[in-house]
Amino acid sequence: MTTIPATAEAVVTGTPPRETTRSRRTHSSDQPRRSKVLTIAMFVALLYFLLPLWWLVVASTKSNADLFTSFGLWFSGTNSLWANIQDVFTTQDGVYLLWLRNSLVYAIVSAVGAAFLATMAGYAFAKYRFRGGNLIFSGILGAVMIPMTALTIPTYLLFANAGLTNTPWAVILPSLVSPFGVYLMRVYAADAVDDTLIEAARVDGAGELRIFFTIGLRLLAPGMVTVLLFALVSTWNNYFLPLIMLNSPDLYPLTVGLAQWQALAAGGSGSRALFSTIITGAFISIIPLVLAFLYLQRYWQSGLASGAVKG
Amino acid sequence: MTTADVRLPEKPSPAPSLRRGPSRLRRRENTAAWVLIAPFVLVFLLFLVVPIVYSGYLSLFREQLVGGNTFVGLENYTRALTDPSFLSGVARMAVFLVIQVPVMLGLSLVFALLLDAGVLYLQRFIRLGIFIPYAVPSVIAALMWGYLYGGDFGPFAQLAEKLGAPAPQFLSADWMLFSLMNIVSWEFIGYNMIILYAALRSVPRELFDAAAVDGAGTVRTAWSIKIPAIRPAILLTVIFSVIGSFQLFNEPSILRNIAPNVIGVDYTPNLYAYNLAFINRDSNYAAAIAFILGIVIMIVSYTVQLSAQRKERAAR
Repeated sequence: MTTIPATAEAVVTGTPPRETTRSRRTHSSDQPRRSKVLTIAMFVALLYFLLPLWWLVVASTKSNADLFTSFGLWFSGTNSLWANIQDVFTTQDGVYLLWLRNSLVYAIVSAVGAAFLATMAGYAFAKYRFRGGNLIFSGILGAVMIPMTALTIPTYLLFANAGLTNTPWAVILPSLVSPFGVYLMRVYAADAVDDTLIEAARVDGAGELRIFFTIGLRLLAPGMVTVLLFALVSTWNNYFLPLIMLNSPDLYPLTVGLAQWQALAAGGSGSRALFSTIITGAFISIIPLVLAFLYLQRYWQSGLASGAVKG
Repeated sequence: MTTADVRLPEKPSPAPSLRRGPSRLRRRENTAAWVLIAPFVLVFLLFLVVPIVYSGYLSLFREQLVGGNTFVGLENYTRALTDPSFLSGVARMAVFLVIQVPVMLGLSLVFALLLDAGVLYLQRFIRLGIFIPYAVPSVIAALMWGYLYGGDFGPFAQLAEKLGAPAPQFLSADWMLFSLMNIVSWEFIGYNMIILYAALRSVPRELFDAAAVDGAGTVRTAWSIKIPAIRPAILLTVIFSVIGSFQLFNEPSILRNIAPNVIGVDYTPNLYAYNLAFINRDSNYAAAIAFILGIVIMIVSYTVQLSAQRKERAAR
């Protein structure tokens, strides 16, 4: 049970769930022939996506002077990667390490919280018919359209009154709301948790909450991981919210911190030497997510399949 | 609203229990449901509904040096609708949308169809390679592209110098909008490709077989069977791209650091609202701007959806 049930895909694609298994690609005679020409064309297209990242890797091995004197897409001959990494972690008393920690804490706490809240609510919407349920659910779905600024500016003002700005809570609390996560978990729970199982547990005398925590949660785990992953990405990548909410550099996540370094270097206030540090810092900052995506492929692919978009 | 098009699987009505009265079970279910949704509903109310309502309230007032906060009705809204800064930002985003979204989604669709048709070698590698930019935060992507575009040590400028040509001015006023389109496309082509690819994979196989029997080629099958079959997924990507485009903030805000003369404080509506709220300290007007932007997004998304539905009906 690692893939989202077929009905979830059906919601997005508007087609009835497939009865057949996933082996439909193993058909023989009508398989179109693989084309070398098309593959080469695709590799040219692939260069567009990978060359900027290649540049980032190459540039992070160069000293600030080498950046200006050697060609960007190839190495300069002297490897300054280690020196750059040291610079990244020692500039401004090692504030980068704090940013890295903050990004991790904000992303993990928000994502775990958001995934858990979404799972509970999604299960309830899928498995219970209760008064007001449909109305509340439509309200939650409609919220997907609200622009970030429309939300963040008043949230800032409210938080300022409550004394919550410039604390980690200012970033974490708003990130707990994942309307799309609720939608996804409702679709997932409808199929993953069998009604007869719930009935059987009731006959055995189990309470509704106990049924959810012992049976529901276990069956919903794969869907929950998908929601978790997307919440993780959106908090890790978030810029606008922490930019507005936080003042002290010690609380910044990586996105806000690096943007500040970039502004500093662009301002040219005697900080030209920062370029190689910023580039290396940017390179280090993308490693965790790239690795996460590579290792957790089946989760995000099935998640996107069921329409988990921009949580 | 996009929600109109979302269909949920039918929930079977709960079988009435024989042992206990149905009303008692109902009451029990009601309580359990409320306990389970309560935590989400609480954060939803606190961090989404309350701020929106508060924002609507704020937008009806004006802060004055003399007299403090005064109720001004819809004055902030009429001011916004005649504010050249706001209107030019919205117009710029409309241009962005009309050019960038079709190019991005067109490429996503072509890539998805090629992957689905199984005509490529090393498919998995290609799919992952195109998707990987999505894992790069938009701030980092904009920062990186900013250096790539730049004249100091950007490879484009270096190549041009080697060839004796003038360096391309990616960060000039004429090119900036296209440079931004390129960054956003780079980030999201792979993401949209994966959504469309996943949708293609769930189209019933029998449809293609029938087409093959009728003698339709790969291209013909793609055009007249696959694309219509994934129309809801395409619509979803269009609507999310529309929402994303109008909200553009991160990329222009990062490039503004290196090209402050080109990207002004009102380059996009969101940059403008941010500056109004946090530099000018005029949250009332900023709230009105954000509200109008939300309404614009809703109207455009709704129009896209309506026209798609009309087309679908006409096709039948």
